[in-house]
Amino acid sequence: MSDTNLASSPLASLVREVRKTREYRKLTDAIPYTRYMGIGVENLAGEMLCRMAYAPKLIGNSLLPALHGGTLGALLESAAVFELLLQTDTGRVPKVISLTVDFLRSGKAQDTFAKALITRQGRRVANVRVEAWQDDRTRPIASAHALFLLAEP
Amino acid sequence: MSDFNLPEDKAGRLARCSVFYTDVVPHNHALGLKLVDIGPAEATVELPYADFLVGNPETGVLAGGAVTTLIDASCGSAVFLKLGRFAPLVTLDLRIDYLRPAQPGNTLTCVAECYRMTRQVAFVRALVHQGDTANPVASAQGTFMKLEE
Repeated sequence: MSDTNLASSPLASLVREVRKTREYRKLTDAIPYTRYMGIGVENLAGEMLCRMAYAPKLIGNSLLPALHGGTLGALLESAAVFELLLQTDTGRVPKVISLTVDFLRSGKAQDTFAKALITRQGRRVANVRVEAWQDDRTRPIASAHALFLLAEP
Repeated sequence: MSDFNLPEDKAGRLARCSVFYTDVVPHNHALGLKLVDIGPAEATVELPYADFLVGNPETGVLAGGAVTTLIDASCGSAVFLKLGRFAPLVTLDLRIDYLRPAQPGNTLTCVAECYRMTRQVAFVRALVHQGDTANPVASAQGTFMKLEE
């Protein structure tokens, strides 16, 4: 926005490019952690969703088996970050201030989806709600609300 | 179910709880989490800095998701220690406040304490720091539920 440093930032120009081209993978692969976790953004039936592709390394309980609670937190937070990067004009990775996760059902050993909704966007702070599900979108397995700082004072 | 009881001595308890970081929980092992100390209801877990955990490639700051996993794992261990045995647990909720950015390159240490246990619900708080507990990176509070009884 008003920050002139953004013009020279490689990530900011990548974000601007991806907003136009919708080649989301370029962005999610540019962040080491989301690339490692298999978290990507996809356009499914005209809607921008996040997907965490199942991999054995995401398991927290081998007996059930169930996804690690931390991986669901990671998916929810990443979905909020990508929603803010792609749907607002922020040019930096937003900084999380607080994150509250409700774990509703155990995550099965399969792909998990998430959708973030920006409930309020101010100049410096954004409030985001996120839900994650697997087979049935009406039965979420985890939800979160998070606060992000969009720019340095 | 007696083999799910934790040993009485500290070294034995530390060794038994460590298998959740080395063998039993693949994601703990994948991120490089290490249980380094325990108390009667406390667990101290380290997350060494690694390039694949970076969430902001411009600053090198670790992703929040990795910190969430560190806190969730530490809190679960604190509940087992308070119980004195392994029981099936689920995380009900977890709230994390990020107090300052983590310094890139440095290990994150989480100290979790199960400060209250009822018949079914365990209440846990945790602090994440990088060597100075007076200047923490994150503060967290969570609730866990026992699946048995």
